[in-house]
Amino acid sequence: MTCQPVWQPAASQAALKSRAQQLAFVRGFFAKKGLLEVETPIIGRCGVTDVHLDGIHAQVAVGSRTGGWLQTSPEYHMKRLLATGCGSIYQVSRVFRDGEQGRRHNPEFSMLEWYRVDYDDVMLMEEVSDLVCGWLECQRPSIIQYRDALVYWAGIDPFSATDRELAQRCEKWLEPEQLASLGRDGCLDLLMSFVVEPNLGRDRPVFITGYPASQASLAKTSQLDGYEVAHRFELYVDGLELCNGYWELTDPAEQRLRFEADNAQRRRSGKPEMELDEAFLAALERGLPECSGVALGLDRLLMLKLGVENIDEVLAFPFERS
Amino acid sequence: MASYSTNEFRGGLKVLLDGDPCIILENEFVKPGKGQAFNRVKLRNLMSNRVWERTFKSGESLEAADVIDLDMEYLYTDGEFWHFMLTDGSFEQYPADAKAVGDAMKWLKEQDIYTVTLYNGSPLSVTPPNFVELEVVDTDPGMKGDTAQGGSKPATLSTGAVVNVPLFITIGEVLKVDTRSGEYMNRVKSS
Repeated sequence: MTCQPVWQPAASQAALKSRAQQLAFVRGFFAKKGLLEVETPIIGRCGVTDVHLDGIHAQVAVGSRTGGWLQTSPEYHMKRLLATGCGSIYQVSRVFRDGEQGRRHNPEFSMLEWYRVDYDDVMLMEEVSDLVCGWLECQRPSIIQYRDALVYWAGIDPFSATDRELAQRCEKWLEPEQLASLGRDGCLDLLMSFVVEPNLGRDRPVFITGYPASQASLAKTSQLDGYEVAHRFELYVDGLELCNGYWELTDPAEQRLRFEADNAQRRRSGKPEMELDEAFLAALERGLPECSGVALGLDRLLMLKLGVENIDEVLAFPFERS
Repeated sequence: MASYSTNEFRGGLKVLLDGDPCIILENEFVKPGKGQAFNRVKLRNLMSNRVWERTFKSGESLEAADVIDLDMEYLYTDGEFWHFMLTDGSFEQYPADAKAVGDAMKWLKEQDIYTVTLYNGSPLSVTPPNFVELEVVDTDPGMKGDTAQGGSKPATLSTGAVVNVPLFITIGEVLKVDTRSGEYMNRVKSS
């Protein structure tokens, strides 16, 4: 099937203008607070081990090095800067995720990522609220525990339910053979995105926090009501997932274990294993200051500002037109 | 046979699901930022015409269905099969049974062109053009001059289809009809 390429942009002039205003707002917000704006590589030596993030391989051939990965987030590079004692930093960058395309996804998108030294997750959530509510002119978010959200909307306790109960809850959408390889977190992801998420942030924005430790990624964990939870938060506005933040894990040994666990899961699900980013791990060895960090999707923030349902409407050239 | 992975899914793609050929109507990509991605897909089963909703884990794949749409000229019926011929000059003929012809039966006019959907080389369905021109073979006598007033009456067309027409229509006139709604559009100047 061949299609005539479309040369025109997908976004309206108004959307393009609003994008520029949003960027100015973001830079003004951080300038007032004295955060240092940084730029880190878009093509990195390593990708990420995250089981559900597929990087895009780059074919760079320079000197003794070949290959490279378009970054799925500037996280590792920014943490390497933090380890030098540069203080709190922010970045607006393009990030890349293979296979992600839909009403809310484009394989290349704009991410605002920032790190606050000596902040915990609660303090950073306050700052996220300042930024998002300042730009959207909306009510400040409420906070709901992940567990309470699942119990309320999906009718299942994500911590105490057995694997079998979780799988049964998902039988409405998946066949038994699909469920067999989905796993506990996969079931929770399905319930979260099919049942819970559409209800989140409808009246006012809402932070979900206290994720299961198995979904901690790069966050610290601690005990809550007898269960291990991650100091991770996400903000939802009008059913749209807007950002993901952590009280950052600073323990290099634990970080290495999580990377290795990711690769073990990649092996099991037939995905290629990823090389561990030893430069990042070395920075953690040197010492990452206590900090919290968050990544926020700027295209989605603009969708909310303009009240549009499709990410293509805020992109000059979505992938199909790129 | 080729297969399609979820990230190749898009409207119009023909795939095999539970052994039946289906056409993808809608494909929604759903993914929590850090979690498992899913595709929520609406498909129409081309055998039963029913719409199915299915969920796939991203990365799963479906076999491609050997389904193609071809333009064919309707030739004749022998009572059991309706015979169509490719318009590409090959004169290749395909017999379609009553199930494949389905609702298109009442719009079949010899020498007109139809879209015949082949599955594994055999007619699966027949789609008439959106508009056909057919002659009225039976209707109550017309009322001359009464073109503005409302009101309608049934008229039987040459193919056996019955459509509602304005009162002024008479036997022998050729009408343009929308096959999707079965509605009368207008009279066609007789040649």
